[in-house]
Amino acid sequence: MIKKEMIAMLLAGGQGSRLGVLTEKVAKPAVAFGGKYRIIDFPLSNCINSGIDTVGVLTQYRPLRLNAHIGIGIPWDLDRNEGGVTILPPYEKSTDSEWYTGTANAVYQNLEYMEQYNPDYVLILSGDHIYKMDYEIMLDFHKANRADVTIACMPVPIEEAGRFGIMVADETGRITEFEEKPEHPSSNLASMGIYIFSWPVLKEALTALKDQSSCDFGKHILPYCREKGQRLFAYEYNSYWKDVGTLGSYWEANMELIDIIPEFNLYEEFWKIYTKGDIIPPQYISSEAVVDRCLIGEGAEIYGEVHDSVIGPNVIIGKGSVIRGSIIMRNTSIGQDVRMDKAILAEDVVVGDHVEIGFGEEVPNVYKPSVYSFGLATIGERSVIPSNVRIGRNTAISGVTTPEDYPGGELAGGQVIAAKDGGRV
Amino acid sequence: MRAIGIILAGGNSSRMRELSNKRAVAAMPIAGSYRAVDFALSNMANSHIQKVAVLTQYNSRSLNEHLSSSKWWDFGRKQGGLFVFTPTITRENSLWYQGTADAIYQNLTFLKNSHEPYVVIASGDGVYKLDYNKVLEYHIAKRADVTVVCTACPDPSEVERFGAVCMNDDGRIEEFEEKPIVSSYNTVSTGIYVIRRRQLIELIEKAAQEGRKDFVNDILIRYKNLKRIYGYKTDAYWSNISTVESYYQTNMDFLKPEIRNYFFRQDPPIKTKIDDLPPAKYNPGAHVSNSLVSSGCIVNGTVENSVLFRDVFVGNNCVIRNSVILNDVYIGDNTHIENCIVESRDTIRANSYYCGESGIRIVVEKNERYVL
Repeated sequence: MIKKEMIAMLLAGGQGSRLGVLTEKVAKPAVAFGGKYRIIDFPLSNCINSGIDTVGVLTQYRPLRLNAHIGIGIPWDLDRNEGGVTILPPYEKSTDSEWYTGTANAVYQNLEYMEQYNPDYVLILSGDHIYKMDYEIMLDFHKANRADVTIACMPVPIEEAGRFGIMVADETGRITEFEEKPEHPSSNLASMGIYIFSWPVLKEALTALKDQSSCDFGKHILPYCREKGQRLFAYEYNSYWKDVGTLGSYWEANMELIDIIPEFNLYEEFWKIYTKGDIIPPQYISSEAVVDRCLIGEGAEIYGEVHDSVIGPNVIIGKGSVIRGSIIMRNTSIGQDVRMDKAILAEDVVVGDHVEIGFGEEVPNVYKPSVYSFGLATIGERSVIPSNVRIGRNTAISGVTTPEDYPGGELAGGQVIAAKDGGRV
Repeated sequence: MRAIGIILAGGNSSRMRELSNKRAVAAMPIAGSYRAVDFALSNMANSHIQKVAVLTQYNSRSLNEHLSSSKWWDFGRKQGGLFVFTPTITRENSLWYQGTADAIYQNLTFLKNSHEPYVVIASGDGVYKLDYNKVLEYHIAKRADVTVVCTACPDPSEVERFGAVCMNDDGRIEEFEEKPIVSSYNTVSTGIYVIRRRQLIELIEKAAQEGRKDFVNDILIRYKNLKRIYGYKTDAYWSNISTVESYYQTNMDFLKPEIRNYFFRQDPPIKTKIDDLPPAKYNPGAHVSNSLVSSGCIVNGTVENSVLFRDVFVGNNCVIRNSVILNDVYIGDNTHIENCIVESRDTIRANSYYCGESGIRIVVEKNERYVL
C-alpha cells in the first residue's frame, strides 16, 4: 500500500478578481511573477524543496494556462511513479455535480485522492503567495506539539492587523481565539493561509461539514475544530511572505526583486525556485539600450531604455522607448519612442509607436476604484494598443483597441476600455 | 523519419588550446545558452529522427552531464531515444576508438539492431540548422551510396581544417582532399553524411577487416570511384567551431540581428538542457551595449560587444569588451577584460587586467571563490 507521510493540497482555483484584467484570461496562480516565474512556482518549489512529492492542485477558474504550465510536473521534479503532481478539477458525480464552492469544499470533493496515499498529515496551501518556506520544519513543530491543526502565522504591525484573520495564542503557541478582520485586534499574528492537519482530524471535519454551503477553512473548518476542543497551534513564521492579491501588492513585490540585495532573493543556490523554462535564447541588449536596475528574462531584445522594471522573456522594447517602474510580461512587444511609467502589461500585448502610458495625475478609477488604484495603468493579456495614444493612471485596458477607442488620442486617468472583441475589465 | 542518427562527438582539437582541457569540442558552450552538440541534436529531433547515438571519448564528463536525458530535445523515449556510447572493454576489444570508422565499428550492434533504412551521421562541432529529410530526398533521387553535405569554404585560408571536394555537374564527388594545405576547390565537406544503413554496415565491416579506422580517408576517399558519392550543397549558415578563432567568431556572429533571428526566432528552434536560473539582473552602474546576456547573470559594470553565458557575475566598475565569458564566472570589481574568452567556473579577482593584445586570449583562473 502506498504511504506518504504528508501530502499537499494546493488551492489554485480562484480567479483573484482584485488583480483586474491580469486574471481576466488566467487564474491568479498562473499570473507571471518576477520575469520568468508564475505565482504557483513558489508553493510548488517549496513543496519539492521540503521533501513533499505528492501535490494535488485544485483548479477551477480558467485552468488552461495552469494545466499547460504544470503538465506532469517535470520542472519541479514532481513527475513521480507514486504521487507527483495531480491536477484536480471539479468533476461530475453520479448523483450530483457541483463546482468547488469553497476552499474546504474543494478539498472535501477530493477525499478519495487523499485517501489513496494514506497520509498522516495533509498540508493545505494556496497558490497566491510569494515566499520560501520549509514545510518540514512546520511539520516538526506540529508533531512536537502533538497538534491536530497547525496554522502558519506571521506577525504584522498591530495597526494593520484588522485586514487579516488574527490568531490569539497562549504562551505555548496554542490558539485560544480567532478574530476575522477584527476592529480591535487582541494579537498581531495573522494567518498565512497555510495549514497542517492531522489526517483523521481533517477527514472528520470535512465529512461533518460536508453540507455546509461554501465550506471554507478559515470560516468553518477551523472554528469547528476549535469548538471540538482540538489542539490548534500557531506556527510563527518570520521571513519574507507576500500576498500578491492586489495590483498594488503585486507591483510592489515585483519591484522589491530589483533591490541590490533583495529581501526575497532569487539568486541563492539554496532553496531554488523552479519553473517551466521554455524560452532558451539569451537576451540581447543593443548599442542604444540602457538597462538600469531591472530584471530581464530570456530571449528579450532591448533597444530602448529600461529603468526600475521587471521584463519577462521574449519581450521586445523598441528604439527610443523609455520604460520606468513597470512590469512587462512575456512575449509582449513595445514599439518605438514609447514612454511608460508605472504600468503592468500582461502577456502577448502589442504596443504601437509613440505611445505614452501612465501620464498625468492620479484620478480614482470610475469603474472599479478598489481594484485599479495605486496609480497603475494595467493592460490585459493579448491587448493591442495603437500608435500615438496617451493612457493615464489608474486605467485598465483589455482587448484589441483601435484609435477610435481613444477620443482625442487619449484615455484619461481613471478610465477603462473593454474592446469590442470581447475585452473585459 | 526513415533514419537513425549518429553524432561523432569524440574529438578533441589542439587548436582549441586550453579550452579543450575541460571538455570535448561538442560540449563547448555556444551563444549564451547552448552547447555545440545541441545544433546536431536539435536538427535530428526537428527532422523527426527518433533514435540518436552520440559517440564520445575525449573528456566526456561535461558532455555526458549535458546529455543526461533525451527529453530536452524531445526524442522518442520508449521508441528510440538518445544513446551515449563511450568506448568499453569487451572480449574482442579493449582499445579506445581509434578513428571515426572504428568508433562506429565498435558500436555496430546499434546499427544492426535498428530497422530504419538510413543513417544520418553528423559531427558534434557544427553550428547550423538543416532539415536532414531534404538531404535524404536528394540522396534517394540521386541513387547515391553516400551523400556528403557540402558548403562553400568560409575562409580559403582555413581549408586545411576541412575536406575539400570537387563535384561534377550532377553533384557526384570526383575529388576529395582531406585537410589539404592548399586546395584548388573551395567547396568543403561539413562532416554530415547520409548513407543506407546496410551499406554503412558493409563498408565499416570491410574497413575493420582491413584494419582501416577513418571514415573519410578509408571509406569516402578510398571508395569515391567505386561508389556513388554525392555532394549536397547548402548555403545556409554553417560554422565549425573547432579552433579558438572560429569558436570566438561563431559566438560573436550571434550579435548580428540576422543570425540571431535565424537561430533564436525562426522555426524550427534549437533546444538545449534547461537550467533553472532566475532572469538576468542589472544593478545601478550597469552599462550594457550590443551584448548577449543569459539567465542568472548579475551585471554591475560595463559590458560591450560581448557574450555572457549563464550565471556570470560582473562586479562594480568592470569593463568587459569584445569577450566571451563562459558559464558561472565571477568577475571581481574594477576588472578589465578585453578580447578574451574566460573559461567557465573561473573566479577573477578584483582589480585584474586581461587583454588579448594580438588575438584572442584564453583566461583560465582557478582562484578560490569563497575566501573565509
